[in-house]
Amino acid sequence: MKQRLQRLWWTVLGLILLAPSLSLAAGGGGSPIVIVADTRKLDGVMAWWANLYNESHVQFAVLTIIIIPVTGVIFGAVADVVMGWIGIDLKSRELAEH
Amino acid sequence: MDWLYILMPIAGVQIFWPGLVILGVGVGIIGGFFGMGGAWMVTPGLNILGFPMAFAIGTDIAHMAGKSLISTLRHGKFGNVDYKLGLIMLAGTVIGFEVGAQMVMWLERIGSVEKVVRWIYIALLAFIAWMVFHDVAKRRAKEKAAAAKGEKLDGLTTGVEWHKTLHKIKIPPMVHLKEAGIYCSAWLPIFVSFLTGWLAGILGIGGGLIRMPALIYMVGCPTHVAVGTDLFEVAISGLYGALTYTYKGRTELVAAMIMLVGAAVGAQVGAVATKYIKGYGIRIAFGLCVIGCGLSILMKLVQPWVPQFKSILDVCATVLVLGLVSLMSLYIFVRMVAGVKEELRRKQQSA
Repeated sequence: MKQRLQRLWWTVLGLILLAPSLSLAAGGGGSPIVIVADTRKLDGVMAWWANLYNESHVQFAVLTIIIIPVTGVIFGAVADVVMGWIGIDLKSRELAEH
Repeated sequence: MDWLYILMPIAGVQIFWPGLVILGVGVGIIGGFFGMGGAWMVTPGLNILGFPMAFAIGTDIAHMAGKSLISTLRHGKFGNVDYKLGLIMLAGTVIGFEVGAQMVMWLERIGSVEKVVRWIYIALLAFIAWMVFHDVAKRRAKEKAAAAKGEKLDGLTTGVEWHKTLHKIKIPPMVHLKEAGIYCSAWLPIFVSFLTGWLAGILGIGGGLIRMPALIYMVGCPTHVAVGTDLFEVAISGLYGALTYTYKGRTELVAAMIMLVGAAVGAQVGAVATKYIKGYGIRIAFGLCVIGCGLSILMKLVQPWVPQFKSILDVCATVLVLGLVSLMSLYIFVRMVAGVKEELRRKQQSA
């Protein structure tokens, strides 16, 4: 019984890991609307960013999901420094109630 | 006043950028405090600021990933994140979310998606609000009973204890979740995450609103660990969501970055505030948020029956959501400042 349940556990885990590709295969249907960024009024970094979007959605998407967590960590670290400077104990918490 | 507006490179719309910072701060505080992504507040907020709906959703998810990561790191340092539980739940969440999304497509085909989704939402929010306040009432009753006997109730006693019944189901493999202080069957968090993921997929939300109370009442996590672990889930699922929405070209990174400036501060304030507000204080505030959110959706739902009040109801729903965000973040901020003052005073006394 225990062995069977263990086997079931690993099977479900495998299925879960494969689920996104299975659901992608099941989904789809209809071509998505493609929006093109208008770069005429933009310059500098903004123009580069919009051009990157127009040229490659893959590169644009990969760069976006790299930039977001990195920015989050940087801003979080800065806020940490400020709060530590104020004098807040950021490492421990008394256990309150449940 | 042109400098207050910024042209979004992808969406091509002019946006009032201080509005993005304010929205980021408010949602950061609430998200860091309750362990939610806050899609129900941000998406209408971005829409009001001028983003088309598809961009509002994509940008919200992108900013949510960064903000939740900040909060997770902070909660992690307090020992509020059970990473093992989070990883086990992630599997159930993904599969549940995809099943929910497929169900929405089916509902779309039979032409009743909008109505079904909104009514499920209302029923669910009503249930969560009832659960929270029923729990609070039950705990108060226990407190009174203990006081009548001349005893003091243990700080870890809860009102509703459904998780204790669920923990009796001992189907292997069993897991020990250290931070949450739980020993249970691995199937329990998988089942709970599948259920919450499925509902989140149907409702098109991140799931924090459902997962946080589910972690408390079904899995049996202490409130603080439920908040931290949920944020860990939101951060990872948010990154996955950001990738898919960005690939479809519906994310405005510039707006997400501006919001992150505010959210970085807000998320820290919200997370640190959990140090000073007791578990039941968090639950009551969360219950009030759920009621406000439910009322705003109800205002949208009744519009077909009272079309003459459509515009008034729309304005009321928006005011209610934004008012709730402002009041709740102000309350959390004030309580955090009071807590910090008390902590600094104690430090000075002991020095």
